[in-house]
Amino acid sequence: MDVLILQLFNGISVSSILLLIALGLAITFGLMKVINMAHGELIMIGAYAAYMMQNLFQSYMPESAFNWYFVVAIPFSFAIAFVIGLLLETVLIRFLYGRPLDSLLATWGVGLMLQQLARTIFGAPNVGVTSPTWLDGGMTILGDVVLPYKRLFIIALVAVVLAAMYLYINRSHAGRRMRAVMQNREMAACLGISTRRVDAVTFAIGSGIAGIAGCALTLIGPIGPSLGTYYIVDAFMVVVLGGVGKLVGTVFGALGIGLSNTLFEYWTTASLGKVLVFLCIVAFLQWKPSGLIAMRTRSLD
Amino acid sequence: MSQKVWKRVSLLLVALCIVLAGCSNNANNTTTTTSTNAGSEGAADSNASSDDSGEIKVGILHSLSGTMAISEVSVKDAEMMAIEEINAKGGVLGKKLVPVIEDGASDWPTFAEKARKLISEDKVATVFGGWTSASRKAMLPVFEELNGLLWYPVQYEGLESSPNIFYTGATTNQQIVPAVSWLLENKGKKFYLLGSDYVFPRTANKIIKEQLKAEGGELVGEEYTPLGHTDYSTIISKIKEAKPEVVFNTLNGDSNVAFFKQLKDAGFTAQDMTTLSVSVAEEEIRGIGADVLAGHLAAWNYYQTTDTPENKTFVENYKKKYGEDRVTADPIEAGYDAVYLWAAAVEKAGSTDVDKVKEAAKELEWDAPEGKVKIDGETQHLYKTVRIGEVQTDGQFKEVWNSGEPVKPDPYLKGYEWASSLSSGN
Amino acid sequence: MLHKLLRLPQGKWMLALYAVAAIALFCAPLYLSDFRLNLLAKFLAYAIVALGLDLIWGYTGILSLGHGVFFGLGGYAMAMYLKLTASGGRLPDFMEWSGLTALPWFWKPFNSFAFTVLAGILVPALLALILGYFTFRNRIKGVYFTILTQALVIITTTLFIGQQAYTGGTNGVTGYTKLFGYSIASPGTKTVLYLVTVAFLIAAFVLCRVLVKSRFGKVLRAINDGENRVRFIGYNPATYQMIAFSVSAGLAGLAGMLFVLHVGIISPSMMGIVPSIEMVLWVAIGGRGTLVGAALGAILLNSAKSVFSETYPDAWLFFMGALFVIVVVFLPKGAAGLFTQLKWFKRKEAGHEGADSVRYPAV
Repeated sequence: MDVLILQLFNGISVSSILLLIALGLAITFGLMKVINMAHGELIMIGAYAAYMMQNLFQSYMPESAFNWYFVVAIPFSFAIAFVIGLLLETVLIRFLYGRPLDSLLATWGVGLMLQQLARTIFGAPNVGVTSPTWLDGGMTILGDVVLPYKRLFIIALVAVVLAAMYLYINRSHAGRRMRAVMQNREMAACLGISTRRVDAVTFAIGSGIAGIAGCALTLIGPIGPSLGTYYIVDAFMVVVLGGVGKLVGTVFGALGIGLSNTLFEYWTTASLGKVLVFLCIVAFLQWKPSGLIAMRTRSLD
Repeated sequence: MSQKVWKRVSLLLVALCIVLAGCSNNANNTTTTTSTNAGSEGAADSNASSDDSGEIKVGILHSLSGTMAISEVSVKDAEMMAIEEINAKGGVLGKKLVPVIEDGASDWPTFAEKARKLISEDKVATVFGGWTSASRKAMLPVFEELNGLLWYPVQYEGLESSPNIFYTGATTNQQIVPAVSWLLENKGKKFYLLGSDYVFPRTANKIIKEQLKAEGGELVGEEYTPLGHTDYSTIISKIKEAKPEVVFNTLNGDSNVAFFKQLKDAGFTAQDMTTLSVSVAEEEIRGIGADVLAGHLAAWNYYQTTDTPENKTFVENYKKKYGEDRVTADPIEAGYDAVYLWAAAVEKAGSTDVDKVKEAAKELEWDAPEGKVKIDGETQHLYKTVRIGEVQTDGQFKEVWNSGEPVKPDPYLKGYEWASSLSSGN
Repeated sequence: MLHKLLRLPQGKWMLALYAVAAIALFCAPLYLSDFRLNLLAKFLAYAIVALGLDLIWGYTGILSLGHGVFFGLGGYAMAMYLKLTASGGRLPDFMEWSGLTALPWFWKPFNSFAFTVLAGILVPALLALILGYFTFRNRIKGVYFTILTQALVIITTTLFIGQQAYTGGTNGVTGYTKLFGYSIASPGTKTVLYLVTVAFLIAAFVLCRVLVKSRFGKVLRAINDGENRVRFIGYNPATYQMIAFSVSAGLAGLAGMLFVLHVGIISPSMMGIVPSIEMVLWVAIGGRGTLVGAALGAILLNSAKSVFSETYPDAWLFFMGALFVIVVVFLPKGAAGLFTQLKWFKRKEAGHEGADSVRYPAV
């Protein structure tokens, strides 16, 4: 029973991590149709931003303040990844709208360069990020089940990011413009919306969220130049399984993959569990070719 | 519009230049390699070419990009440092060593390609390189075919002894076997085996299982995770259920970071449960965080804290060259040893000819940072001292046990009764 | 442009060009060192993959990021044969370490070379046919198909790595000695293997050319332009897609077999995500939708990779990354597209150069 609860929690935790890494992609890939293979590297940038913030606090701030570096690191990671995303959009991505497969190739190249850049700047070995002490340990329930604070924190962080995204997209003026452009570009342009600016900002926001994901991942995983390669395929699976273009779908996609992954891994082995999850995805897409929650459209092609 | 055309034409020209560069490479090389036929002749050539120039070329072949770069770049650094030190002292046979660096790119066929290039195009006298077993296995046929010489600096799963490879890392009886015996005596009988899903952990765990049977241990679980796996919550639940006294960890690289961070969060400390790792050294500790790892164990032949005069200078020089924040570790030291051992063998042989160097290297002794090492003439492995260390809060190891004297390498575990089923064919 | 200078009709001019290229390839052993010849042989094997990939992506518009799997399956078939020969009736070394006592049943037929060659082509083709049967019939297309093939890659590599006793795990299968009694390492054998590769490349090229020039090829292009319209006319696009995908996978398998003969190792890393994406890049850079472009792209890009990484082992990734970006942005139709673009400008059709109008000029 304990184990069941713990595994359920683990499943939700894995889902929350998957969702966090996929949310940025749900915007850049889901809404903008850019197959952004450099998404993993944007996550990596977020992780290194957290590392930089930690070092800044270590050298310039009193020791008592160190515990709070992480609070500053989250917006900082967002900002760095946002700026790099904006730069990427202006220099490269804007030439690639409407050519999704070309965007795949070009961003793959960008990913290679970013990895090598990280290696040049920070060195090839992994770097260490000390997590703040207030996230150490865990909540003990039912006597024996430990729910680590870090995992609880990530779940909360995802909820906050989701809520913020919902508010931005559905309740703000900028979000309304964004939806207008994504739904009908020509019409939006006719109504005086600067589609160029909306594109740039949307892509940058997607990148920024990847940065937040990277920052959060420093709590539980490695921080190195090839960090992004571990997450990129999973992120795409989540978005595609959920249904391209729908944020709700991404949430369900993450839950589906996260929970089934934990279950399969528990029943079998880690390797076999992974194979089973991917087999399920393949089978599921045969049944529902456009994901869990499909965009309704009247057009045929 | 025509401007655009010209832009494109110029781009094509750039592309053409690339091909031409490749071809000119070919042209240069063909002039020097016309007589290369079989392996031994190729090696003989390498002497001739290096004799002429007053230089000796040596190859360095590690992954400088890709997932393995996190570990291998530091080994490359140590080898470069050894080459510089030797050059500063006048070189080998009065000639300067010139390193030729290639990137294996964490891709095994690339290792084979670059090894072939180093031997047959650059005509290097020897190659220092490799990390993963897969990269070594990919290079092995190339070195045997062209009669090259490879110095492989990492602990590995044993069951191999190629006439063209010198193994300066530990084999199983210098790391895993004594560590298991020590754990059984001091820490407990119930073992949980956790490893990444590749050759080293699987072979190592096979050996451990045989040993546990023979020495009265008990296996309570065995689990492999895909390379690059980053979520260990489920594995940790499984470990919790199995209630082992010892977790024997053969995870690789990045997975260690995720495992130990998550293990700590799940409420396990080194006091609750002993973990002993064979792939976590000082460099990995930096990436994981010393606070996370404090109290956990590792088995190696060398630590940065190993107390020898040679090590003091080695650590000092390494930090001076690459920065105060860098650390040394077992594979780094083994790479450093390899260069010196090769240089000593060349001096003894009076030639860089592969067969002569191999002959001269037999029973060669050297005072390495880890203490005295000796090349075993039969297997071309090193005699090494086994050390078990405990991670301290400053990220360094405190040695808790050592074998007292260098242990004779036994890659096929012939000296162990219980291992007879493992290496029957060999 | 040039053919006007030489006053030759375009067809004959192209034919002459092909002949020169073929002769240059066949004569390569005369002017390349052993090492470079071996490299070139490997690149030519890659070129065969590129041809197949072009068939499915360039002509039919279906992007597969799973060709590494087909390539790897072919490679493993050949590797199993070579390993059994090298072991000379005994159990291959890695099986012994992994605790097997007898040869697994599916290894046994690989004692026969004929079976090996058949399996190396048919197993990937069949796998593609089965996957294609389900996906194309269910009208899964675009990025969904692409992501599906990535899932296939993950599944296969994880399985191959996990079953160390049967596949050699991450180390893969390596350590061969002989082919038909000849030492596989001797320069003579290598030259012969190189010439065999050239022959296969030409055969694959001719096969693809016949396919794309036929009615079948026209339907493929029609599917690329508007799948539903093809359906409305009364064709079943799924059948055509399946066949194209399967031929493409078979070619990749063939290339995998040749690759193993040249390189001497096959491992799951050759079937992974990264090689699969690289294969697509060869086609993209060479020029999708033109067979020559695809084949050239494979050779060019791999030469560039070798040259860059030999010259700048620390920074070559920058060059490779930049190359991808530049080609995609400035040469959307790849290197081969360059010539046709020039031709279009001459014909004052430059107005059509929209981002989405990928044209398919003659091969």
